[in-house]
Amino acid sequence: MLAYYLHLGLRSLRRNPILTALMVLAIGIGVASSMTTYSIFRAVSGNPLPEKSAQLFAPQIDIWGPQSRAQGRDLPDSLTYTDAVALMREHKAKRQTAIYPVAFTAIPRDASSEPFAVSGYAADADFFPMFNVPFIYGGGWDASQDEAHAAVVVISNQLNQQLFGGANSVGRTVHLDDHDYQVIGVTADWNPRPRFYDLNNSNGFTDAPDFFLPFTRAVDMQTYTTGDNNCYGSAGRKPGFEGWLQSDCVWVSYWVELPDATAAHAYNNYLEAYAAEQNRAGRFHWPPYVTLQNLTQWMDYEHVVPPETRISLLLSLGFLLVCLVNTIGLMLAKFMRRAGEIGVRRALGASRREIWTQFLAEAAMVGLSGGLIGVVFTGIGVYGIGLVFEPDIARLAHVSAYLIGLTLLCALVATLAAAFYPTWRAAHVQPAWQLKSN
Amino acid sequence: MQIQPILAALRKHKAGTVLIALQIALTLAIVCNALFIIHQRLAHIAEPSGVDEANVFVIENMWGEQYNTQQAAANVQQDLVTLRNLPAVQDATQSDSYPLSITSGSDNFITLKADQIEPTTDATVYSGDEQFVRTLGLKLIAGRDFRADEVQNAGQRDVVVPAVTIISKALADRLYPHGDALGKSFYSMSSTPVTIVGIVETMQRSRLGAWSMPYAEQSMVWPLRDASPLGVFYIVRAKPGELAAAMQEAPKALYATNRMRIINPKDGLLSFAQVRHRAYDSDRGMAILMGLICMVLLAITGAGIVGLTSFWVGQRHRQIGVRRALGATHRDILHYFLTENLLISLGGVAIGIVLTFGLNLWLVTRFQLGIMPLAYVLMGVALLIVLGQGAVFAPALRASRVPPIEATRPA
Repeated sequence: MLAYYLHLGLRSLRRNPILTALMVLAIGIGVASSMTTYSIFRAVSGNPLPEKSAQLFAPQIDIWGPQSRAQGRDLPDSLTYTDAVALMREHKAKRQTAIYPVAFTAIPRDASSEPFAVSGYAADADFFPMFNVPFIYGGGWDASQDEAHAAVVVISNQLNQQLFGGANSVGRTVHLDDHDYQVIGVTADWNPRPRFYDLNNSNGFTDAPDFFLPFTRAVDMQTYTTGDNNCYGSAGRKPGFEGWLQSDCVWVSYWVELPDATAAHAYNNYLEAYAAEQNRAGRFHWPPYVTLQNLTQWMDYEHVVPPETRISLLLSLGFLLVCLVNTIGLMLAKFMRRAGEIGVRRALGASRREIWTQFLAEAAMVGLSGGLIGVVFTGIGVYGIGLVFEPDIARLAHVSAYLIGLTLLCALVATLAAAFYPTWRAAHVQPAWQLKSN
Repeated sequence: MQIQPILAALRKHKAGTVLIALQIALTLAIVCNALFIIHQRLAHIAEPSGVDEANVFVIENMWGEQYNTQQAAANVQQDLVTLRNLPAVQDATQSDSYPLSITSGSDNFITLKADQIEPTTDATVYSGDEQFVRTLGLKLIAGRDFRADEVQNAGQRDVVVPAVTIISKALADRLYPHGDALGKSFYSMSSTPVTIVGIVETMQRSRLGAWSMPYAEQSMVWPLRDASPLGVFYIVRAKPGELAAAMQEAPKALYATNRMRIINPKDGLLSFAQVRHRAYDSDRGMAILMGLICMVLLAITGAGIVGLTSFWVGQRHRQIGVRRALGATHRDILHYFLTENLLISLGGVAIGIVLTFGLNLWLVTRFQLGIMPLAYVLMGVALLIVLGQGAVFAPALRASRVPPIEATRPA
C-alpha cells in the first residue's frame, strides 16, 4: 500500500511543479543554513578532550583584590609566577603543570637554510600524561629533568619533518635562539581544538605548537611569554627579568588533574588555605577568593564560542522556522485542494489512518528531496564559510558523513512536523459534504 | 473598498491566513534584527584609523639572533636608515604595535591621581619615536610632536615610564572633558605622572575585541624606541602612488643589510589595506551572512505568498466569476486581493513588531547588541508590506482576468 501512496504522492507533486519546487527549496535552504552554521558551532564548542575533561581543572586566585573587579572585570585568568611556582612546589594535585607560550628562532643545521620562527610552550613534566599527548618517538621528560632545568625539548611531528625529514630524532640536537636542546620526544599530530590550556592567550584555534620545553629551563633562559601579560595597579615593579618574575603581573596558565569530586573539593580547600596564608603573610589584604573550574566550565568562562557563531546559529534556526511555516501553508493549500479526492477515498472505505499514511508519505518525499537539496547547499555553505567566519574558525567546518546524515534527518523530521497539521486537516475532511458539493 | 466581506472570506481560511501572518511576523523579526546587526558591523568597519591608509605598510621583523637592548636598538636604527633611503619610501618608523594590528599591542590602565586604586579608563600604548606621528600620517590637532631628545630605548618589559605623551582626542576628551587636556598629566600604571604634550585627531586602538568597546579610539604614544630582543614592527610610508614598489623593495633591502632576521612570508609584510581587512574580518563576515539570510528569507516569504495566493485564486475561480458577472470590474477584483493581502500583512507586522523587540531585547542581554532604534522596525514594516503587495500582484492580476462566464460553470 505504501508503494501505491508514494506513487500517488509523486503524481500529486508533479501536478503543481512550482508549488512542489517551492516547498523543496524552502526546506533545503532552511536546513542547509542551519546545518552550515551548526557545523561551525559544533566545531567551536566541541570538547577537545572528552575522556579527561571532568578531571582537568584551572585554578584562579584573587591576586589584585576586590577593587580590581570593578567595572565588570573578573578574576585574572592566569597566575603570577610566584603563585604558580608555589603551587608547583607544594604539589597537592595528582598531576599539575604551569604553562606559558614562548617563541624562538630555529636555526637549521645546514647553513644554506634560512632560520625560521617556531612557537611552543614551556610546561612541566605532567603536561604530557595529563593531556594524553600522543608520541611517535620517545616521550615527555620526567620530574627529575624539571628539577634539573634540563635542556630537553619535545618537538611536533611537523617540526621533526622540517628539521630531520621525519626520522626518529630522539637524542639529536635542536638549535633554538642560540641554545642547544636535546630532542626527547616527537609528538604525533596533536592540536586539540579549542586549545583549552591556552584560552587565556589565544582564541584556541591556531596552528599546532612546534615544541614544548621544561618551564624551569625557559625561565632560566629568561624567555618572555608571547601570550598576554596582565599587570594591575600603579606600584610599578623592579627592573629586568627578575623584576618581572617577582611582580604581580599574571601570565602563567596553570592546570591540575584531580581524579574525582573529593579530590577537587580538597584542592579547592587547599587553594583557599593558600590564599589565606598569603593574607596572613601580608601579601594580600582581602579575604581569600579562589575558583577552580573544570575544562568545560573553563571553556564557557573564556567565551570560547565567539558571539558571531551563536548569533549566526540562532538566526539560521529562526530562518528554518520561517521556511517551515512557509511549508505548512503551502502543504495546507495543496492537501486541501484535494478535498474532493479525499472525500471519494473516505466514502469508498479508506480509514483516517489510510489518509494519514498517504499524505505523510507525500510529505516524506518532499522532506527527502529537501534534504538532498539541503546537502548540496550545506556543501556550498561549508565551502564558502571562509567568506563569513575568521579563517582559523572557518577551516574547522567540513562536510562529514555525520553532517550529511544530520541534514537529511533534519529535513525529513522538519517536513513531517510541518505536514502534521495539513495532514490532520486532510484526514478530517467530511466525505459526505465533499460528495454532495460535487 | 469594503473590508467587511474580505474579513468574512478570510474567516473561511483561518489556517492559511494565520500562517501567512505568522510567516510575515517571523520574517520581520529576523530581518529587522539582521539589518540592525549589519548596520552596527558596518559602522564599526567604517571607523577611521587615523592612519594614511593608502600609503602605509607594516613589516613585522623578528630577530634571528639574541641581541641585548643596545644591539637591538642599533640594528633598528640601521634598518630605519636603510628603509628611508629607498627611492619609493617617504618615511619609516618603528613601534611595538600599530593601529588595527589586533595580534599585538598592549593596553594600560590610566588613573588621574597617583594613589587612585580604581582605574579611570584604559588605552592602547604605542612606543613611538619622533617620526611616529608623521610616518603614520596622524593629524596633530593640539600641542607638538616628540623631540628627538625625549625618546629613550626600551628593551623587552623594561619599566620605562616617560615624562611626556601624545594621546588621541578620544582619550583626551575622556580624561579632561572640557577640552583642556593639553599640558595636563595622568598616571599610567606608575607613580610618576605623564604630561600630555600633543593630541592627535584620531589614532585607533591596536586591539578591537568586544571588551575594548568602552575604550574605543583611546590610545597614546610613548616616546620609546622598541629595542625588544624578539623583534619590532617597521611602519613605512611610501611616496604617493608607490606603495607596491616600496613594499617590494623594503624586505629585500632589509635582508641585504642583515640576514639574521625573519619576516614571516605569511603575514610579515602587510599593506594597511590588508591590515584593515584582517582587523574587521569577523565584522565583515557577519554583515555578509546577515545580508544573505535577509535576502533569502525575503525571497522565500515572497514566494510563499505568491504560492498561497495563487492557490486561493484557483480555489475561488467561480466566486470571482460570479462577482464579475454581477458587475465587478477588473480593478475591483485586483483591489480585493491586494487589500486582502494588506490586511493579513498588517496583522503579521503587528505580531512581528512585538517579536522584533523581543528578539532584540534577548540579543541585548546575551550579546550586548544595543537597543534597536524604531526607524529599523518602521523600515522593516514598510519593506514587508511592499514585498507582500508585490508578491500578491501577479496572482491578483490573474484573478482579475477571470471572465464572468466562469460563474456559469460548475465548480
